[in-house]
Amino acid sequence: MASNEEILAGLAEIVNEETGLAPEAVELDKSFTEDLDIDSISMMTIVVNAEEKFGVRIPDEEVKNLKTVGDAVSFIANAQA
Amino acid sequence: MARKVVITGLGATTPIGGDVPTMWQNALKGVSGARTLEDEWVAKYDLPVHFAARCSTPALDVLSRVEAKRMDPSTQFGVIAAREAWADSGIGEIDHDRLAVAFATGIGGVWTLLDAWDTLRDKGPRRVLPMTVPMLMPNGVAAAVSLDLGARAGAHTPVSACASGTEALHLGLDLIRSGKADVVVCGGAEAAIHPMPLAAFSSMQALSRRNDEPERASRPYDIDRDGFVMGEGAGALVLEAEEHAIARGARIYAELAGTSVTADAYHITAPDPEGLGATRALKAAMFDGRIQAEDVVHVNAHATSTPVGDKPEYTALRAALGTHVDNVAVSATKSQMGHLLGASGAVEAVLTVLAVYERKTPVTINLENQDPEIPLDVVTSVRDLPAGDIVALSNSFGFGGHNAVIAVRNV
Repeated sequence: MASNEEILAGLAEIVNEETGLAPEAVELDKSFTEDLDIDSISMMTIVVNAEEKFGVRIPDEEVKNLKTVGDAVSFIANAQA
Repeated sequence: MARKVVITGLGATTPIGGDVPTMWQNALKGVSGARTLEDEWVAKYDLPVHFAARCSTPALDVLSRVEAKRMDPSTQFGVIAAREAWADSGIGEIDHDRLAVAFATGIGGVWTLLDAWDTLRDKGPRRVLPMTVPMLMPNGVAAAVSLDLGARAGAHTPVSACASGTEALHLGLDLIRSGKADVVVCGGAEAAIHPMPLAAFSSMQALSRRNDEPERASRPYDIDRDGFVMGEGAGALVLEAEEHAIARGARIYAELAGTSVTADAYHITAPDPEGLGATRALKAAMFDGRIQAEDVVHVNAHATSTPVGDKPEYTALRAALGTHVDNVAVSATKSQMGHLLGASGAVEAVLTVLAVYERKTPVTINLENQDPEIPLDVVTSVRDLPAGDIVALSNSFGFGGHNAVIAVRNV
């Protein structure tokens, strides 16, 4: 079980690996598409890497609801609970 | 009269140099890019061939990690070479709707394809990356170069095995002559030093097995040649309508005077022993460029170092050039860098253009006992080419019976 801070840090690492964005730019209120300029292909790669890292399953139909980094952190935290 | 097409930019990343100046110096010196492979998979699969010619500069030394992640290794090489050629051309502001790409590959994203298959079997479909399709598609390199340079007049991918790179130049010339583009970035890229292609080329007895002496394995025209050496890399050339190049005051290396493509329709892999298809290609390229046999001073031969391949090319050269073939300085640069498959024609085109521009020929290494059935004048130490008007030819032939020839003239 990871804390929200740990999930955020882990996600930031995955986003950095995929896009080169600085981890500190990955903040809870940031939109993946609007603020971080992440396209749908990168988003799917990030989702799959997050699934492996946090041991959760993020269904494809759920991905469109993960608009902000905070949405993803909450989803992963709930899925782990 | 057709528009004249000139070459104004060159790029390459190869086993004997990660850029054009390094490759050219080594090509004149005569070095081998072949090395023993240290990869664990050589022993794991008990491959019959233990060596290859890898690019001397790894792609990750040039591209950023994030950029490279979205490209198959073949595309990484292609983009590196295309960027060098583009910078070398000095082109500034141009109409990008008149800029095209013709970038070839023999196989395409074979690393990506096979890695994805391994991932599917080991970890399941969820782990197969979403970038897999754009990375494995053979047009991936042309698309990446088009995206990188903003080329909007079409991005083409001629695929004709080991003739692909030369066929890209054939297409580029047509695009400019027919008025469909003013500038075309042409090239070829390949990255197939993976256990599967090594096993497959070995099965067909195409690869040299000189495992104890990788540097001496690629020996075109030598009586003891026993196959080609797998290479990798990319070459790129900026083709430009002459009036476009002159208008911007460009440095012009040479004219792409003529090109041709023919098919043997003889056998799926074996070359026609009489070299008829290759002869027709040579004659057609010379006709296209209004070239007489006596104009030709240099040939960068296809010469892969296979027992069956080198001789029909000689037969074709003699048929096309007649007795003048005895006066032509022939270089077999695969002796140095191995066979870059779909990239070979593009890299050899770069060397051919430089030979005309610098009036010096690259050398052929490992020629110890020349096959008496191939009495060509093979260049083994740097030769100066004559002053005045000269033409050099470069040949490429591919499995499937593909023959492609380019003719390069000084300006």
